[in-house]
Amino acid sequence: MLPQLSLQAVQPSLVRVQASERSGDADIPAGGEASSSSDRLAAIIEGRSVPTETHAALRRERPVLEVDGFKLWYGAKQALFDVTMNIPAGKVTALIGPSGCGKTTLLRSVNRLNDLLDTVRIQGDMRLNGDSIYAPGVDVIELRKRMGMVFQKPNPFPMSIYENVVYPLRIDGERSRGVLDEVCERSLRGAALWDEVKDRLHESGLSISGGQQQRLCIARAIAADPEVLLMDEPCSALDPIATGKIEDLVHELKGAYTVLIVTHNMQQAARASDFTGFMYLGRLVEYGPTAAIFERPHLNATEDYITGRFG
Amino acid sequence: MTTLVESPGVVRSPSLVPRPRRRARSGLTARGEPMLWLTAGALVLCVAMIVSLVALVVFHGARAFWPGDVVQLQTRGGPVFAGEVSRIEQFRKAEASGPPAPQTPAGGAGQNAAAEADWPTRRLLRTGNFDMTGTHYTWIDDADVVEESRPPWALVVERQAWGRFYGEPVALEIDGKAMTGTPEETWSRFGEHHPRARQRWRERRRLETHDMGRVNHLLEKARLALRTAEIRFGRDSAAWMQAQTAQAETEEWASAEFDRLTARITGLQIENDRYRLHVKTADGSSKRIHLADIVRAYPANQLTRWDRLAVYGSRWWEFFSDEPREANSEGGVFPAIFGTVLMTVLMSLAVVPFGVLAALYLREYARAGLIVSAVRIAINNLAGVPSIVFGVFGLGFFCYGIGSLIDAGPLDPWTRGQWFAGLIVLVVLVLGAVGLSLLFPTRPSVIGGARPALGRMMVAMWVLAACTTVLMLANMPFFDGFYRAKLPNPTFGKGALIWASLTLALLTLPVVIVATEEALAAVPNSLREGSYACGGSKWQTIHRIVLPRAMPGVMTGAILAMARGAGEVAPLMLVGAVKLAPELPIDGSPPFGINRSFMHLAFHIFDLGFQSQNSEAAKPMVYATTLLLILIVAALNLSAVWARARLRRRFVTAQF
Repeated sequence: MLPQLSLQAVQPSLVRVQASERSGDADIPAGGEASSSSDRLAAIIEGRSVPTETHAALRRERPVLEVDGFKLWYGAKQALFDVTMNIPAGKVTALIGPSGCGKTTLLRSVNRLNDLLDTVRIQGDMRLNGDSIYAPGVDVIELRKRMGMVFQKPNPFPMSIYENVVYPLRIDGERSRGVLDEVCERSLRGAALWDEVKDRLHESGLSISGGQQQRLCIARAIAADPEVLLMDEPCSALDPIATGKIEDLVHELKGAYTVLIVTHNMQQAARASDFTGFMYLGRLVEYGPTAAIFERPHLNATEDYITGRFG
Repeated sequence: MTTLVESPGVVRSPSLVPRPRRRARSGLTARGEPMLWLTAGALVLCVAMIVSLVALVVFHGARAFWPGDVVQLQTRGGPVFAGEVSRIEQFRKAEASGPPAPQTPAGGAGQNAAAEADWPTRRLLRTGNFDMTGTHYTWIDDADVVEESRPPWALVVERQAWGRFYGEPVALEIDGKAMTGTPEETWSRFGEHHPRARQRWRERRRLETHDMGRVNHLLEKARLALRTAEIRFGRDSAAWMQAQTAQAETEEWASAEFDRLTARITGLQIENDRYRLHVKTADGSSKRIHLADIVRAYPANQLTRWDRLAVYGSRWWEFFSDEPREANSEGGVFPAIFGTVLMTVLMSLAVVPFGVLAALYLREYARAGLIVSAVRIAINNLAGVPSIVFGVFGLGFFCYGIGSLIDAGPLDPWTRGQWFAGLIVLVVLVLGAVGLSLLFPTRPSVIGGARPALGRMMVAMWVLAACTTVLMLANMPFFDGFYRAKLPNPTFGKGALIWASLTLALLTLPVVIVATEEALAAVPNSLREGSYACGGSKWQTIHRIVLPRAMPGVMTGAILAMARGAGEVAPLMLVGAVKLAPELPIDGSPPFGINRSFMHLAFHIFDLGFQSQNSEAAKPMVYATTLLLILIVAALNLSAVWARARLRRRFVTAQF
């Protein structure tokens, strides 16, 4: 079932090759004389196992979330191959990669939203602050309460702004008005929305603009003090101004929250994140500090992708 | 020249080879005109049919109670007829049964007839006076009419019995003494005494139904208590003795009460018998009518527009608020309105939660597969089952099955041993199923380890447990009914409001399930995922997010179900709707009257239109009742639509 480990692909390509020397598009399987960049991608395309190039800087960080040899199948089709990565505490980690590379699948595996699909099977494990996520007998609902998630499209619930924000507490049975009010204000301030909606907390959550709705969803996600905040392309449905606001917000959330963000937009990853992982066809190819990934990536494949040569 | 041998598919620069462009011709069909006509025509036809039907009902329904003039027609050969013209039609001479009319009649109306010798007209006159003539209506050939007049003092008298009376007032008789005078004087005397007589009549009616009914009810209660004691403790037991004494006391009290009431009723009756209106018909015979028997009387030919409006309004009011008279062809339909609304409300209360729960399971819990598809198809087929079949099912299952179980307990109960054995089986099944579900994950999970075989076993156990429960309830040895004392009179084992409501609930169940399923499917998955991501459980997600969002769709289903239920007739005929049930199906004491037969507007329409002896008189009532039913259904729908609109307003998006 598992692809064979191939030795020549294991060697990290430490030698950087000039861009002019590389033979262009990685989607086309390269011939024998192909450069090392195409080599690695070709290996992935052929289904061989390629180890993740994880930068040394990550070892110094305290991980909140540890992904350990995680594999995932949609029915017979494998979507994630042996993903191993540590998400550092209090930092923003971005996942980049071309469409269909498994970024969102990985993100949704963290809070086990993939459980909702009947055909999904997994191997490997993840740990949230040391607690296994996929061990048998884990209370999935309890687990999800320890995380917050923001989706691609704003999805405020059909209720008032106030009720939207305190929803995680409501379902825990919190009734104290004082606690709810306090959480509502803190979360909305945290999501930089308080000043805009404080006079209409009891209007429908759907009555505000798209960008505001997404910040409302962020407020909802941070209402229960999550240990990790998962963001699945939170700006893909927004205009540039709203996007800018969300990015600023992500920047502000850093430190107080651990953020794992999936994005298509490499500028966004470069601007907003501390660490970046590059994924390709279900594998984590390179993972390191954002500055290093964008300025001096260890792998040519990564450079090819972030400079827009493929993807 | 190489360009010529190249295939035409190769793109060439247009400047090099100017090729003739093929002109694309758009035909008539392509431009869409005929399809536009076809589709628009279909819509117009639909709308026209609906509008004309509604217009017909509204037109006839609205004029049903309008008081017309009374015409008096002197026919050739002597007889004089007076009454309201209800219809005018032309007929073929050859088909007319009477002898051919001579071509030179004396009257003015006759010349008219001569002009239309081949297609003469005739009028249907509502002549009333059924007790004297034996007919309510008379066709009068215009050719036979010698003289037509509108006598100023022709009265229309609506009576408690025998239908309408048309005639002129002669005198008001008190204690047999005629207070003769001009018709005007008689009319004013009538106006003075009539309200008081009616007041006494109503008082008497109240005593007869309400007060006497209360005494009868207490008497029946005492009798039932005695019978219950007899069944439970046997004759000559202490409890039976006690009940017998109590019953004897009640009987004594009741007979005294009856005497008192009868005395009052007789007093009112004697007082009312003193007042009579002496009237004479158009052909000269006279008649004395008790004032108390006159519901309404008016001199039709003297009415101003406002007087007519007053009569019209009072008739509508009577229609809304009163009980039917004269085999439903006169009076009101209040019991039918009440029965319709109550039955529809009970039906909605039964069908909406039931259907929503079923749809929730189908859409939110069940995993898509063969069984779910089969269930869905079955539900859709259920919507196509003829409604009379539901009626038969309701009669067999609810009335004779559950109803008789409630009345008298199981016919052939299990022995105690059998029953307790069943109980043990049930407990084992339930504990086993619950235990299995706690021990093993039966649903497939991302980490594997599911045991589908165990899951199927659990389902089988639940099904068996449900069957056992039903069997045990149906064969319970300790239960011999709540109403055994009343036997052989059935209490619930007959057509009843509650059984009709439940039967219609079954009938409308597919509507609610399908509408709810569609509404649930329209709830975006992102909302569910958002709720799960917040740590919501499945049920919390459903009841806080999914159901509120799907509520407008659920309401749509409820509206459709209500409209269908309110207009259904066939099954109701079997499970509780009756021709006449002036006693409303509601009560202060258990079982709150829900076991009574009831009147229903749609059934009332059928009854008026097809079962009435006086079909001409019933015709306006059919229209009026139809109009009323349409209005009630529209009102129920509008209220639901309003509620839905209110709900929808909460979900309006204002993006950017």
